[in-house]
Amino acid sequence: MTHIHSEIRRGAYYDSVVLMQLQRGLLGLPGVVDAGVVMATQANRDLLAQSGLLTADAQAAGADDLLLVVKADDEAAARAALGQVDALLARKRASGETEFRPRSLEAAVKQLPEAGWVLVSVPGRFAAGVARDALGLGRHVFLYSDNVALEDEVALKQTARAKGLLVMGPDCGTAIVNGVGLGFANRVRRGPVGLVAASGTGLQTVASRLHALGSGVSHALGTGGRDLKAEVGAISALQALDLLARDPETRVIVLISKPPAPEVATRLLAAARACGKPVVVDFIGYPPPARQLGNLRFAASLSEAAEIAVGLSGEKRLETGDLTSQSPISTRYLRGLFSGGTLAYEAMLTLQSVLYPLYSNAPISKAQALPDPVHSQAHTLLDLGGDEFTVGRLHPMMDNDLRLRRLRQEAADPQVGLILLDIVLGEGAHADPASELAPAIEQVLREAGRRLEIVVMVVGTDEDPQDMAAQMARCRAAGAVVFDNPAQALAYVAGRFAAAAETSAPAVEVTGLAQAPLAAINVGVESFHTSLVGQGAQSVQVDWRPPAAGNEKLAAILAKMKKK
Amino acid sequence: MDIENANATAVSRMMEARPILTGVAAARDVIPGMRPNLLLHAGPPIEWARMSGPLRGAVIGALLFEGLAKTDTEAVALVERGAIQFEPCHEHNAVGPMAGVTSASMQVYVVENATHGNRAFSNLNEGYGKVLRYGAYSDDVLKKLRWMNDVLGPAIGAALAGTPGLDLRALIAEALHMADEGHNRNKATTLLFLKQLAPGLARVVKDAAALTEILQFLGDNAIGALNPVMAACKAMTDAGYGIEGSTIVSTMARNGTDFGIRVSGLPGQWFTAPAEVPVGLFFSGFSQADANPDIGDSAITETAGIGGFAMAGAPAIVTFVGGTPKDALNATLEMYEITAAEHKHFTLPVLDFRGTPTGIDIRKVVELGIAPRINTGIAHKNAGVGQVGAGLVRPPLAIFEQAVLAYAEKYEL
Repeated sequence: MTHIHSEIRRGAYYDSVVLMQLQRGLLGLPGVVDAGVVMATQANRDLLAQSGLLTADAQAAGADDLLLVVKADDEAAARAALGQVDALLARKRASGETEFRPRSLEAAVKQLPEAGWVLVSVPGRFAAGVARDALGLGRHVFLYSDNVALEDEVALKQTARAKGLLVMGPDCGTAIVNGVGLGFANRVRRGPVGLVAASGTGLQTVASRLHALGSGVSHALGTGGRDLKAEVGAISALQALDLLARDPETRVIVLISKPPAPEVATRLLAAARACGKPVVVDFIGYPPPARQLGNLRFAASLSEAAEIAVGLSGEKRLETGDLTSQSPISTRYLRGLFSGGTLAYEAMLTLQSVLYPLYSNAPISKAQALPDPVHSQAHTLLDLGGDEFTVGRLHPMMDNDLRLRRLRQEAADPQVGLILLDIVLGEGAHADPASELAPAIEQVLREAGRRLEIVVMVVGTDEDPQDMAAQMARCRAAGAVVFDNPAQALAYVAGRFAAAAETSAPAVEVTGLAQAPLAAINVGVESFHTSLVGQGAQSVQVDWRPPAAGNEKLAAILAKMKKK
Repeated sequence: MDIENANATAVSRMMEARPILTGVAAARDVIPGMRPNLLLHAGPPIEWARMSGPLRGAVIGALLFEGLAKTDTEAVALVERGAIQFEPCHEHNAVGPMAGVTSASMQVYVVENATHGNRAFSNLNEGYGKVLRYGAYSDDVLKKLRWMNDVLGPAIGAALAGTPGLDLRALIAEALHMADEGHNRNKATTLLFLKQLAPGLARVVKDAAALTEILQFLGDNAIGALNPVMAACKAMTDAGYGIEGSTIVSTMARNGTDFGIRVSGLPGQWFTAPAEVPVGLFFSGFSQADANPDIGDSAITETAGIGGFAMAGAPAIVTFVGGTPKDALNATLEMYEITAAEHKHFTLPVLDFRGTPTGIDIRKVVELGIAPRINTGIAHKNAGVGQVGAGLVRPPLAIFEQAVLAYAEKYEL
């Protein structure tokens, strides 16, 4: 036989929702068959009556009274249940309180407006979309995901550049921004060396080595492995380089990549030369043009790159680049007229890193072969001792005739800005080359009608019969810039050609690097979020799902609706 | 065509709309297209055969109320003969909670949008218990309806006559700061409403007993202001309806069988799918098994940026959404994900006066897989039993997907 027990609490007001909750709690107690917990209005009393819960006692309750009714297997159970009412009302829900996890990037940005970075590690086919959204929201992107189409990478980076934003990746495994590691990163001390790396493990190796040597990293920016491909054109690397050049914490820059496309290497190195800070370059598998080219140092290994950087960062006065008082040659061409074959080859090897393509009758790569040796094109460096020039005549070390004619020809070309000549002295060579070359130099400079430079590198000794000092003085008097060391001559020439003007895209703000604590939004691998928080950074984890639950047709329509 | 611009226009019109309660009048006199053999109902279009219990009961009740039938059997016969036409309230600038059945002689609130000039209508709220909107049609239900039609409605109408009207947007904004969310909790709204009407009522109702009855009725009914609030929301959302290219939702409504939405840039089209059964808390003696599928036009509140979307400001009813104030906060934060704007006039103190999430964007709903949250009363599945609980429901995602596909077709994407 069931027992109904009721209790009236006069003037005790509770919201109906609280009461429904309480009622549910009572129903869960042992022996309870039914329960009613209401403010005792007439309507509520009628409802209780319908359920057979209205006792005679309860009839006395009024609209301002709390009415508690329990129907239980026996009286003890009913009383016990009513005894639990206060405990149930007081019960705090300790569990179930969860921080809001946004599903969209847009909401995440509202939640953490100071977030400067978005880390993307969702599956590759969705990654470009997320990265695009991040750029649309004005955030830098750390794109860990791989399997992103090359055309998407190009489009993302072009968009980013136009907005003054940086895209690190795709397939960028690691970076260090203001002491905080993104993705996989070693714990590296802060220090004066900034890294730009198109190679994740390359970055980690150099950063770790810097740490081992007692130095440290200002920022280490990844670009993704394809950034230095011709299609991408080092957009991210150029931006990162520029960023570190302007970053006051960075004294020395290290540039790391697997072999870049030659024309891309040229642009990047040109930018590095112009950046105003020492840059250590390790393009793994790419022949270093020299050990040093102005402010550039070329390392033979990742470890060596770190060692050189540490050495440079300790120097009081830093090599800041090719400082000449003259304004650089930006849009015009180099022509080299060499008598020495190996000298020509070394000159090409060095200069192609800043002037690409560099055409020749004896080219380093087939792509740089000069179609017609009689006519130079763009940047051209000729080995006039080559067979095609020496048929039926003496070698140019002995006979200057061909060089003189070619000198006039090149000087007459209005596109030419600098002509480089070698003079090789010694037994058997022409007895007084300057006596023929200097007047010609003087004449073409006088008649050029434009800014034209002539650079001469002299190879010989002070004991050679031609009187090396006099040869040099004669050429100098004619208006040429003269060197007795080919490496210096080449460094000078390289320095005269300024970095090709990059696009007028807005620069990436340095303040983004200096943000402390770093704030980021993580879309994808949750451990990156945990890691950021562990490093003292602010982070919001996005509860990301494939757009339109993976329905490709809908997702495609939505993508179009975004573009419109 | 630029979707963002179109949406900005639609949402801005919704927010700039200024709904003013200007009067109460017979439906036939004010609702466009109203006629004696027409019954308006909640939700998307539906025929008698597919109507759920509460809607059928309300139809029968309305036919008895209008005197078109003498008994329920007669009423059903009339309907089955095809003598009665059914159309959604929404297609007549009107809204009604639950069954939403509105007939020609019923008194309705008249709300005018002072900014754009459009009008919206809603029937009067009957209070709790056995009521027409839950499908009850017993004599006492009809008796109360007649009193509302003969005494209450005309009194409110008279109290408003000659005044500038009652600014409902301001009323809602104030009530949101008093822990209402405007859909499941209208305690503050109703008291503010009563406060504003009382002097006028005292002025026009000369008989003390009649005045007492009116004030008592309005004061006892904690959701009494839901209907004018819904009409206000309707006036606001209609102002943003029909904007070329917009992906903003202008209507969410349920008829107890289907859930339907309409989209600003796709005027004239309903997108429907079977309505879900709300999950919630139940009154004594009732359980989930008694619940009818989702019903009512009251989701117009969420469409306009309040109701479930303003949950963060209604901590008293957090149990609907999980039980803690944090859950309520999260409910509102979730809705920011699928909306285009934050309301200029409806703000939430708990979120540092951030505007409520406003203007549901079908693109975001489909992309993120987040359906709007709707706070709702739960009707018994049988006609006439009434409200059995309250809780939370979400529309089926499928209707938003249909809308995206229809959009792509119309705009040739």
